[in-house]
Amino acid sequence: MTARSRYRVLALLGLLAGAAAAAEAQDTTRGVRLGLQYRPGIQPGVVVLPVGGPEGDSIRAIISRDLENGDRLRVIALDDSPGARTGVPNYALFARLGAAGLVQATRTASGIHVALHDVAAGRVVEVEDFPLRAAGLSRDWRWGVHGVSDAIEQWITGTPGIAQTRIAFVRGASLFVVDSDGAGEVSIPTVAAPLSPAWNPAGSLLAYNTYGVDSRVVVHDLASGRSRAVSSTRGGVNQTPVFAPDGRTLVYAHACEDCDGSDLYSVGIDGQSQARRLTVGRGSINVSPTYRPDGRRLAFTSSRAGSPQVYIMDADGTNPELLTTFVFGEASYQSNPDWSPDGRLVAYQSQIAGRFQIKTINLGDRTSRQWTSDGANEDPSWAPNGRHLVFTSTRTGTRQLWILDTETGRSRQLTRTAGARLPAWSRRQLAGR
Amino acid sequence: MNRLARFAVVALSLVSVVALDGCRRRPAPTTAPPVNQDSIDAADRARRDALEAERLRMAREDSIRRANEGAGPVDSRDLMGIIMEPVYFDYDDSALRGDAARALDEKLPILLSNTGLVIRIAGHTDERGSSEYNLALGQRRAASAKRYLVERGVADRRITTISYGEERPVALGEGEMAWSQNRRAEFEVLSGGGNLVRPRP
Repeated sequence: MTARSRYRVLALLGLLAGAAAAAEAQDTTRGVRLGLQYRPGIQPGVVVLPVGGPEGDSIRAIISRDLENGDRLRVIALDDSPGARTGVPNYALFARLGAAGLVQATRTASGIHVALHDVAAGRVVEVEDFPLRAAGLSRDWRWGVHGVSDAIEQWITGTPGIAQTRIAFVRGASLFVVDSDGAGEVSIPTVAAPLSPAWNPAGSLLAYNTYGVDSRVVVHDLASGRSRAVSSTRGGVNQTPVFAPDGRTLVYAHACEDCDGSDLYSVGIDGQSQARRLTVGRGSINVSPTYRPDGRRLAFTSSRAGSPQVYIMDADGTNPELLTTFVFGEASYQSNPDWSPDGRLVAYQSQIAGRFQIKTINLGDRTSRQWTSDGANEDPSWAPNGRHLVFTSTRTGTRQLWILDTETGRSRQLTRTAGARLPAWSRRQLAGR
Repeated sequence: MNRLARFAVVALSLVSVVALDGCRRRPAPTTAPPVNQDSIDAADRARRDALEAERLRMAREDSIRRANEGAGPVDSRDLMGIIMEPVYFDYDDSALRGDAARALDEKLPILLSNTGLVIRIAGHTDERGSSEYNLALGQRRAASAKRYLVERGVADRRITTISYGEERPVALGEGEMAWSQNRRAEFEVLSGGGNLVRPRP
């Protein structure tokens, strides 16, 4: 056991003790719980104290918004800080404001020093130094601050946040990547108009497909900027790539020039190997695959029984079965599955009254749940925490990306420029920190 | 049994027999008279479908005859227009409708008389449905149109197919008016389009 993890255990014990002490004085009717014990469905109040030094205001704003976006903490906004930036805070005052925790960040020569205070216990429970070497306010710099937010969320809730993640999407004929808070949007050069981006597990590669003439699946290396075609099937349509959890192969859909259907194929990402067919669609359309996190099963859209539905099968193409339920003879259209990172749920889109809505289906008892009803909502993609979903919505009149928290039902708008669609949420560990 | 309903069925059957006689002599339907409204509706639908199928068949024969008689296009430009005429599809379907088969039948003699003509068929869909599924559906529509022509003698290598799915609509907006125009296969001449020869009878 390292010194660092020993410290964490001690801090955790202190945290639990503080929570137990605070639990007795809780007033649940106001929705405010004191103590730093995190329980799902309860949002402890947190104050992010003003940060001095260069870019201090930006650091405070980014961390506050990240914690708010995580939907597990309630950030208490203060116009004027009732406590010093350094030294011992006035715990009693923060307790009266409903704060269970205080985040105290200070600039250092190499980055940020962060201390987390347990208000109920009246003491510091975590400290850490985070390097922040990139130029102030740059994309890489913001990336570093998102990492600080995720560490703070882990201290308080036991699970890291999702601030330091990115979402790839298509707008017009271009591919974009945006930070989880909607900032830092950059366009990624593509060989032709792209569709259906997908991340590799390490976050270092983006796969997408081109369409029309010479449709192919392309893998783009974010660090080097190089790209290569990996689909070995020629002609027709090659689309909807998805990386296997081991990151070495990907599965995509190919509709050959003269055939009726579209089948799923597996191919190595080196661009040298020959694709292997997985589905036997017999003229039906099979597209939009997604892996179970263990890599042993795939969910996908298929028209094999008439209207498009979501099916699951073993990763080698055997044992296909219908996942979404539908009534034979009724117009029903369910597609675009995305398997949750914890493996329990599959998110998909279901046509209701002529418009797509986001649904999830529980793989345990096969019960489904509808999450949206306003506008048309499509293309769901899970956050790495298996709790948030990013999707396309027309609820404001233009097509934008939105993020839904499946615990609270809360949603927030991610993009502000019209036409965004086909989002793909990265996993947590990204290259190029 | 309801006397009135039975009368209605018999009356309808008579109407359909008369209507069919109007264009072509056929044996009268031999099904027993149905007894409920659903059956009446079904009979009515069947009658309309039969008439429509007959009308389409005759129209196709006419267009083939016209094409063979050389009574149609007079210059290259008209021939090109016929080649490039899009064909349309039903929702989430790649089967060729009567009007689509007719449009393809008009292209057929031109393709057969101009063996240097190389075309590309691009399949498109309306905006409904998943855009990923639609890319595959567009391919299926293009393949469906190609198969029709190849099965009637056009060399396979003279026709390539691609799909744009729902990415390139010709009509914008919601509603069947726009959607029906977007569910199409488009025809593009890749080579051999200059100095087209008029099909001979």
